Formats: sequence, C-alpha cells, structure tokens
Amino acid sequence: MARKSYSLFDRSILVPAIGDSFKKLNPVYLAKNPVIFVTLVGAVVTTGELMFAPLRGEAIGFPLQISLWLWFTVLFANFAEAMAEGRGKAQADTLRKARTQTVANMLQPNGEAKSVAAESLRKDDVVIVKAGEVIPADGEVVQGAASVDESAITGESAPVIRESGGDRSAVTGGTRVLSDEITIRVTANPGESFMDHMISLVEGAKRQKTPNEIALTILLASLTILFIIVVSTLKPFGVYSHTVFSITVLAALLVCLMPTTIGGLLSAIGIAGIDRLVQHNVLAMSGRAVEAAGDVDVLLLDKTGTITLGNRQAVEFVPAPGVTVEELADAAQLASLADETPEGRSIVVLAKEFGIPERELGEFQHAEFIPFTAKTRMSGVDVDGRRYRKGAADAVCEFVGGALSEDVQKCVNDIAQKGATPLVVARDGRVLGAIHLKDIVKSGLQDRFERFRAMGIRTVMITGDNRLTAEAIAREAGVDDYLAEARPEDKLALIRREQAVGHLVAMTGDGTNDAPALAQADVGVAMNTGTQAAKEAGNMVDLDSDPTKLIEVVEIGKQLLMTRGALTTFSVANDVAKFFAIIPAMVVATFPEIGPLNIMRLATPNSAILSAVIFNAVIIVALIPLALKGIKFRPLGAAQILRRNLLIYGLGGLVVPFIGIKLIDLLIRAAGLA
Amino acid sequence: MHAMGWVQLAVFTIVLLAITKPLGLYLVRVLDPRGRTYLEPVLKPVENLVYKLIGAERTGEQDWKGYAASALVLSVIGALFTYAVLRLQQFLPLNPQHFGPLSPDLSFNTAASFTTNTNWQSYGGETTMSYLSQMVALTSHNFFSAAMGISVATALVRGIARQKTKLLGNFWVDFTRVCLYLLLPISLVLAVFLVSQGVIQNFSHYRTAHVVDPYTVQVAKKSAAGLDVKDAAGKTVMVNKKIDTQSIAMGPVASQEAIKELGTNGGGFMNANSAHPYENPTPLSNFIEMLSIFAIGSGLTYYLGRMVGNQKHGWSIWTAMFLLFLVGTTICWWSESHGNPRLTSVGVSSLEGNTEGKEARFGVFDSALFATITTDTSCGAVNSMHDSFLPLGGLVPLFNMHMGCVVFGGVGAGLYGILIFVVLAIFLAGLMIGRTPEYLGKKLEAYDVMTAVLAILIPSAVLLGFTAIAAVTSWGLAGRGNLGPHGLSEILYAFTSSVNNNGSAFAGLSGNSVPYNTALALAMLAGRYFVIVPILALAGNLASKKAVPVSSGSMPVSGGTFVLLVIGTVVIIGALTFFPVVSLGPIVEHFLMVNSTKLF
Repeated sequence: MARKSYSLFDRSILVPAIGDSFKKLNPVYLAKNPVIFVTLVGAVVTTGELMFAPLRGEAIGFPLQISLWLWFTVLFANFAEAMAEGRGKAQADTLRKARTQTVANMLQPNGEAKSVAAESLRKDDVVIVKAGEVIPADGEVVQGAASVDESAITGESAPVIRESGGDRSAVTGGTRVLSDEITIRVTANPGESFMDHMISLVEGAKRQKTPNEIALTILLASLTILFIIVVSTLKPFGVYSHTVFSITVLAALLVCLMPTTIGGLLSAIGIAGIDRLVQHNVLAMSGRAVEAAGDVDVLLLDKTGTITLGNRQAVEFVPAPGVTVEELADAAQLASLADETPEGRSIVVLAKEFGIPERELGEFQHAEFIPFTAKTRMSGVDVDGRRYRKGAADAVCEFVGGALSEDVQKCVNDIAQKGATPLVVARDGRVLGAIHLKDIVKSGLQDRFERFRAMGIRTVMITGDNRLTAEAIAREAGVDDYLAEARPEDKLALIRREQAVGHLVAMTGDGTNDAPALAQADVGVAMNTGTQAAKEAGNMVDLDSDPTKLIEVVEIGKQLLMTRGALTTFSVANDVAKFFAIIPAMVVATFPEIGPLNIMRLATPNSAILSAVIFNAVIIVALIPLALKGIKFRPLGAAQILRRNLLIYGLGGLVVPFIGIKLIDLLIRAAGLA
Repeated sequence: MHAMGWVQLAVFTIVLLAITKPLGLYLVRVLDPRGRTYLEPVLKPVENLVYKLIGAERTGEQDWKGYAASALVLSVIGALFTYAVLRLQQFLPLNPQHFGPLSPDLSFNTAASFTTNTNWQSYGGETTMSYLSQMVALTSHNFFSAAMGISVATALVRGIARQKTKLLGNFWVDFTRVCLYLLLPISLVLAVFLVSQGVIQNFSHYRTAHVVDPYTVQVAKKSAAGLDVKDAAGKTVMVNKKIDTQSIAMGPVASQEAIKELGTNGGGFMNANSAHPYENPTPLSNFIEMLSIFAIGSGLTYYLGRMVGNQKHGWSIWTAMFLLFLVGTTICWWSESHGNPRLTSVGVSSLEGNTEGKEARFGVFDSALFATITTDTSCGAVNSMHDSFLPLGGLVPLFNMHMGCVVFGGVGAGLYGILIFVVLAIFLAGLMIGRTPEYLGKKLEAYDVMTAVLAILIPSAVLLGFTAIAAVTSWGLAGRGNLGPHGLSEILYAFTSSVNNNGSAFAGLSGNSVPYNTALALAMLAGRYFVIVPILALAGNLASKKAVPVSSGSMPVSGGTFVLLVIGTVVIIGALTFFPVVSLGPIVEHFLMVNSTKLF
C-alpha cells in the first residue's frame, strides 16, 4: 500500500470531517457515547428554552450564545471522531484503488479452466494465475512457484517469491503475478478477504469498543449521572435560597462538569491508535489487540532477523601451530569460493584483510569445486593437485581421516565456548586452523532492551542454537532470558508457562508451525510473508515482515493507553476551575457577598458562565492533535511516567482552565458579548 | 492557634503512629480464622460455642454473594430485634425512670441507625431510653455493626490479595472473631480506664441535686388536666417557676462509651454525647476517646499492607488519610480560633476564639480536633456542638463526610471506602503509564469500575435527593433551628451524616418527626448496604482474577505521587461534587458573616 502520511489538518481530510460532524448529530449514533449524548440533550433543551425567552421578556443574547456553544461542543466532539476516521478512510481509499475488477481462471473438476468473475469465487475454489495477471482472491499456492508484486498491500516494490508447500505459500488478492504460473486454492469468500478486512479496519467501520474503552465509558457515564444529580438538585436548593437558576445556566453547568473532553475524544484516540499501527505497516485485527500490546510484559523475540542480522560472519582466522595466518586465510578463501551462503561470502571478504585478493570461480579453469551442502557441511575446491576444504569440525576430521590436533581442538572449543561457530580449514591431509564465525547482533538493541527493562518488560530470545551459543548472544544483545534449541512446541510451552504466572506475552512468527504459539500469545504478530495459517492465528500482521517491529507495536499500544489516561485525568481535573467559574456566578445575584469566591475575577456572571462553556468546547478542538498523534512516549519506569504525566495532565488539568477561562472572559468582555 | 495545640497534635500523631503497627499485626491474627491470639485460652471455647450455635463451620468459606447475604441476614435480624426492644421497653426490666415505648418512626430510625453503625440519634438518650434499651438494643449493635464493617473490609482485602478463587472467607467466622478477640477485650480495658477518669457505670435512679445558684424561669401555667391555660385573648398564661433542683442522669455509661468510640459508632448515652462530663470528663479521657476513634481504622491500613504483601502501600494509604486529617484539623482549628466578627464587633471578646457550643474544659483546639476526627471517621460522637462552629469551621466536618468518612474512617468502612477511591484513582490515572490499569497486579476492568462507582454514585444520589426534597418541603423546613444558609447546612448535614453513617448532627436540626425519621433511616440504610454490596461484588471479582506479576512497569501504589493521586481523587470525585450545594450553605454563610450585616 502506497501509504501516505497525512499532515494533521490535511484539507482532504478536514473538509469532509466538517461535513461528517453534522451527520454524526444523529442521536441514535450519539447514544453510544453517553457524555456527548447528554450534551446533545443539553443543547436541544437550551435551544428550546431560547424560544421562550422573548415570551418572558428576557434578553436573548446570553441564552443564545450558551445554546450555540453547547451545539459546538457536540459538533467538536463529532469533528474529532470524523478527523480520526477521515485519516483511516484516506488509507482505505488507496487500498480500494488497488483492487480492480479481475477475471479468474477457475479450474473445473474436469481439469479445464473456465473464466469467471473474481467476486464469484468461493472458498476452496481453485484458480490458475499466469504472469501479468492479478491474483483474484486470497489463497494458498497449491502448485508451482511465482514471483509476486505485493506492493499494493506492503508498499514494497521488490517482488517476493510465492511457492507451494512450506512457509511462503500464502497469496493475497489484489497482488500481481510477475513471472511463472501458480495454481491457487481460494481461502476466503468475497467480502472476507484480507484486503476487505484491512479496508474495514482502517475505516473504523467495524470498530468495536475495546474492554478498556468499555470500562472507561462506564466511568464517564457514571460521572455524567452523578453530575446530572448534582445539577438537578441545585434547582430545589435555589428555591430554598430564593435564587432562580435558569434551565440554560443549569445545562451549561452540567455540560461543563461532565467529562466532555475525554468523552469527545475517546473514540478518536482509539481510531488513531489503529491508524498509527497502519502507518507502521502493521495491521491489528482488533482494537483489543492494540491495547493488549500495551499490557505485554514479556516479548518473545526470534534470534534470527530480530536480534542478529540473520547471518553469521567470519571474524577471525586461528591458525594451527606452524601455519601463518596468511596461509590459513588463503586456504580458507579458496575453500569458500564455491560456498554461496552468507557465511561463505564473509570468509572470502575476511581473507582480503590478510592481503589475499578476492578470486572468482572463473579464474580456475581446471579446478573442481565442491559446493556447500547441508549434508556434507563442507565446501572446497580441488585445484593444482591440492584439495582445500572448509567446514564443520567433524566433517573436516572425516576428510583428513583423523582427529584434530590438540591445539586446533582447543581453539575450536574456545570459539564454541564464546557462543560462536567454529569452522575448520584443511589442505590435503593437514588441518591448517579454525575460522571464527560469529552472529552479528543488530546495533542499538541493547539500549532498547534496557529501556524495556525500565518499563517492566522482559525480553526472551528464541533460538534453535545450542545453549552455549544462545547464552553468548543473549548476553551480547542484552536480552533478559533465552530459550535455546527451541522447537515450535517449546515456544508454545514457554508462552503457556509465562501466562500461567500472569504475564502477557507478545511474539512474532511466520511458519505454519508458529501458528499455535501465535494464537496462544496475547499479541501475535504474523509476518506477511508467512503462511495463511500463521496470519490467521495471529492478531496482527506486519506487512513489512520485520520481526523487530514487535517493539514498535508495544510502544504504540502503550502510547494509546497513555493518551487515553492523560486526557481522562485532564478532563476530570478541569472541573475544579469550572466550579470556581460557574458557581459564584450563579449565586452572586442573590448573595452579592459571595463575590470574593470569584477568584478568577471574571467580569460578569454571564461572561463567567459563557467563558467556562466556551473553554469546555474549545479544549476539545485544541486537544484533537494530541488525541490523534498520541502523547509523547517515553520509555521510563511506571513510577516516573506516572509522576511526569500526573504533573503535566493532572496539575495541568487543574491550572490550564483557570488561565483559559480568564482569557476567554477577557475576550468576551472586549467583544462586548456578555 | 497556640503552641499547646500544636504540641497536642504532635503527641496525638505520635501515639497514633505508635499503635498502628501493633494493632495491625493483631488484626492479622484476629482476621485469620486459624490465627492465634493471647486471649485464645479464655475465648476459644466461647468462639467454638458461637460457631456451634450458628452452624458457621458447616458453611465453610463463602463467595461474595454468600458473604453479603450473611451480612444482610444479620443486619435484618439485629434491626428487628432493636425495633422490638424499643417498642416494648416499658414492659422490659432495667427501666428505673419508667420510660414509655418509642414511636414507630423513631424506633425504625434508631434501629436503622444503630444497625448501620451510624448512631444518628433523633432522641435524647437519658430522657428516652431505659438502661436495657441502651445496653441490649443499642450497645449490642455498637459491637455488631463495627464487626460487620471490619468483616467486609477484610473480605475486600482478601479479594485483593487472593487470586483465582471465588471465596472471600466466612462472614460468621470473621464477625465472631472480631467481636470476641478485638472489640470486647479492648472495650473492656477502655471502659475501666474511662471509669478511672470519672465516667459512671451504674443502674441507679436519676439523682436530684440542689443547684448552687437557684433561678426563676417563666413557664406556661397548666390546668389540672395538664393543658396550657389560656387567657381571654387566647394567649398562654405564664407563671414563674423557681429552679433550685436538677435531675442528674445515671446509668451504665462507661461500657457503652468505650465501644462508642472504638467501633466508631458515636451514639452517646447522654444527649450531649462526649460533651457530657459523665461521658468524657477529663482532657485525658478526651485524648483517649479521640485515639480510640482512629485506632482500628489506622491499624487496618497496616493490616492491608501486610495482607497484600506491600507494607509501603499500607503506609501510603495511612499517609493520604493522615494528610487529609491534618489539613482538616488545621482549617477547623484556624476557623474556630477566631471569634464571630458579628459578635466581636459589638465587643464580645474573641480571645478564646469561637467558644459558643464548646465545653470550656476542652476549648477550641480539642473541640476542633474532636470534630475533625469524629467526621473523618464515621464515628459521629461529639464533644462540642458543630452547629455552633463558624461557617468554615462547620464546613470541615461536612467536607470530611462528603469525602465519604474515609480518613481512617469508620471501622472497616473507612478502609473499604478509601479503597474504592484507590480503585478509581488507579483506573483514572493508571492508564497514563501505558497499561491497562492494575491495582496490586489485578487488572481493573469494566465490572470493577462499575461496582466502585456504584458505591459512590448511589450514596451521593440519596444524599442530594433527600436534602433537595427536605429543602423545599414544609416538614423539611420545619426541622431547622435556623433560617437562611445555616438552615440549609443543617438539613444537608443531617443527610450527609446519615448517608455516610456518621451520626453526628448539626444539633440545630430537630429530626424527630415522622418524615425526618423515615427519610434519615432510609438514607442510613442506603448509605450502608448500597456500599457494602457493591464492595463485596468488587471483592469477589478481584479475588477471581489472576494477578499480573508486579514489575517496574506496574502502577506504583506507594510513594508521594500515589498519595497525592489518592488525595486528589477523594477531593475531586468525592467531595467537590457537593461544592454547588455547599456554596449555598456554609460558603455563602461565611461571606455573609464577613461581608454583610444580613440576618435570617
């Protein structure tokens, strides 16, 4: 997917969002959001009251303005949601464009191909796709291999290989076959495909409230009920005190006290969280998965690709006694020329450092090359009557027909002790020395794991290597723990074990045999290059197939929850200032002596109430960028984050409205509005 | 605000701190069904006998519904028993003054009041209650309601500490052990101490004393039939009456007094409560009474820390409570240290501060301190008349109760009350650390939030609803002792005190009418059981959860930030809700007193 990042107030999103704000005034729709629904009721009631003001001979200016601002409060809340959805929709439109009407060659039971519309394909139909054709539906390659352009969904232009069997068999509808021909078994009915799912996700159409959102909504609804009681009982207390509180003023007080800020921004925050993941090319199958990512406290990281660069590299030649390093390097390079594995290439490169020029296979006319195979575990060359070999210690031993010398054996053991892989080089019957092959740990990881530790997240490295190797790499990378000689079922067992003691586990996986573990993990990120089984088992898909992304996923989950919490705290803390703005204004007509309680020195009772209402409405718009971008994420311990955010959003929530309301009051007075 | 006051405050704090840990450790033993105490040799047979009688051992541990049902059953039985005794007291023994039966509404009110640990008294003890009523119908509840509060708090703490179980313990076992091992022995010691200070303990007839300085008052002339005699104009004929004797009430005061404070009940034997010399004779008795009010609530915070395996958490809760107490005391003391400006302006000395309604032997500081302590908790005993405090001084007790009496609080009730705020505070702010909020490893989810807010929402609704009704109905207005904002404060105070099961009164209000007795009784019942049931539901839900291991990424539940967070939540969610009505009561009254000459 050619993902474009939109600036916050991009015109193409802003304009439709304004229209949507009005469409969302539908009470049936708003009923999902109790706080904003009550605000809507307040707006309707005050508008109704407005009609009676002239009948009672009252000035219309003040109730009109209150009423308007209550409508604005609702609209601003709708606008926030529409903005968040708009950004998702823009992504979805790009996806839709990629999906073109396609014709499929469906394989009939009699073995003949028949041309049908792609939409008519059902699960388990079999189709043939040739070079240049668009794959009509999600499916699994059952025969053949092809290079496929998946840029429509990944944004990555380099083609990928898709072939039957193994872990590269899944294809996605809407991607294009570039070469060869493949036979595909369809795995999704129309409307249930990966692309459909993606579109509905980024649009937020099927968005359901997450458990945490439900809990928060209950709290916000309860606060709303509480303030309805507070405000409605104020009417009789007014009667007792011989003070008349108008419906307009009571509605204004209610709307100000209710947590409209978080109520208005709550769904925008949730949508923006999913959207942020999409921008990182990760698709979450539900909002629940994003939240779970924030809660994760154990990360299972595959060694290869996540922690190490994926290939071991030669870092040292250790010659046997009586052999020079150059001699060893020369032999090692010759023996590795036929080894096309990255390890082999790295030996050739390392040898250059010892003055051995890089040689090409073509230079040797009469040489016989022995390529590296998993079976022989050895590569080499027979040239000029000499036989060069390089490979695993036991394989080379067999080749020379005897045990290694004590010195070489010791140095092989030393290398293995360090967690690296020793290779042995021999020329004819003589062992020349060992090569030190080392896993290269990605840079910057140690730092990152350190920050995770501070956040209370434990990292566990999963590797098929033996314990020794695993421990050495684990130490170098700075992970907290490792699982060596891991088979897929060990991974599953580890997840179950961690979960049994209350941990939440995140992992990545791509193979079919990863599927059970992906399903068991609280957050399972499947690689897009992986099998269909893996993608279905996980609750997220990484389109870039970058296992390191798990780390970002966790950070985005945390950031989502933090933003929600920060704005909730801010919203609730705002009430203090609003009390001090509105209550004295309501009472001062009957009891002028209460004047000193107007600590903000707001000009008139009307302007005090109006200022609070305006602040309450405007703060929603002002916080939209924060809701969409999320609050700044810092990888600190919980205590530090709490202190910091409580200071900014708790204390800030107490102080900011005092300043804001005062400023608005000054403006109102300057404009002569109240 | 003199130095002696600060010294007393410091001494009080130090002693309170000193008893917290030992009491907490003792509570751990008492509240463990297999816990051993020093009193076991004496009381174990009694304990076993009780279990045999009520069949508690057959029940085993209960889930939250079973626990709640047991508490409710005991409450209903207790309330019916008390109602019956009060209605029939003229037929029962130990009634030397031959008091008649209480009216149905007053009996209902009193039964509800003592069952709910409120001890709101729409009656004057020494002019209404026989000794039997005081000792059996009322004092029994002082033990039972206190034990019930502690039991519910224990169930909540177990819910937090346990995992993957539905069971919260056995109510009958907890209840029995609290009564036997905690309340009875300490009350016994306290009662003996109070007697040493001059508190009475007898079954005598009331004594008649000759007053030192006889005086004459005008009273209505009575006909032979006992009716007021009217003159031709219909006015009551007044005659002089010389007062040279005084009736002095007697009774078993000390035994009731001890548990009255220790169990944060607050229902006085005498109408004047702890302002009466026979209930609270000396500064030392005053000190010990105040300490007893806080003692168990303070100890329970230590118990909490011990049970959940996080002693710092217990101390942090203690600190949050203590800071709220300290600020309340200081404001109340400061307010009462000043004279009423209306009176000082006409030459009344303000040297001693606002002395109206205060006992001279306690003075302003001890009155302010007692008023703060009694309303921080749901005790409600008084050693001065809160109605006579200056508006801001009187606002402190009101504010304390609006917070839900969670500062050390009613025995048990204070702990479960503040834990509700802790749950809400963690839910509100806990998201800010980037995780689903969790309290001591338990994730707080929709059900937990719902039960917690119900425990705040229902009492608040009842409080505001009844106050609003009373403020605009003739029966509500008729009870007032004052007009204007102070009258509103009186009504508000009564319902605040009832809903929060405090029981103290702005004494100006005459609540002994059918509508007030009924409304206040309903308020007390709602404030007790609509809190206990959601709390036990919360406890049950927390107990069933799996605990997430605590790490550096977990929500901190101790330390300065946490303390401030809890205080902020209690103040903003608990008390500020009442800011609108309070501003029409004490706040406007204060500004009227300072800035005008208006009278009502």
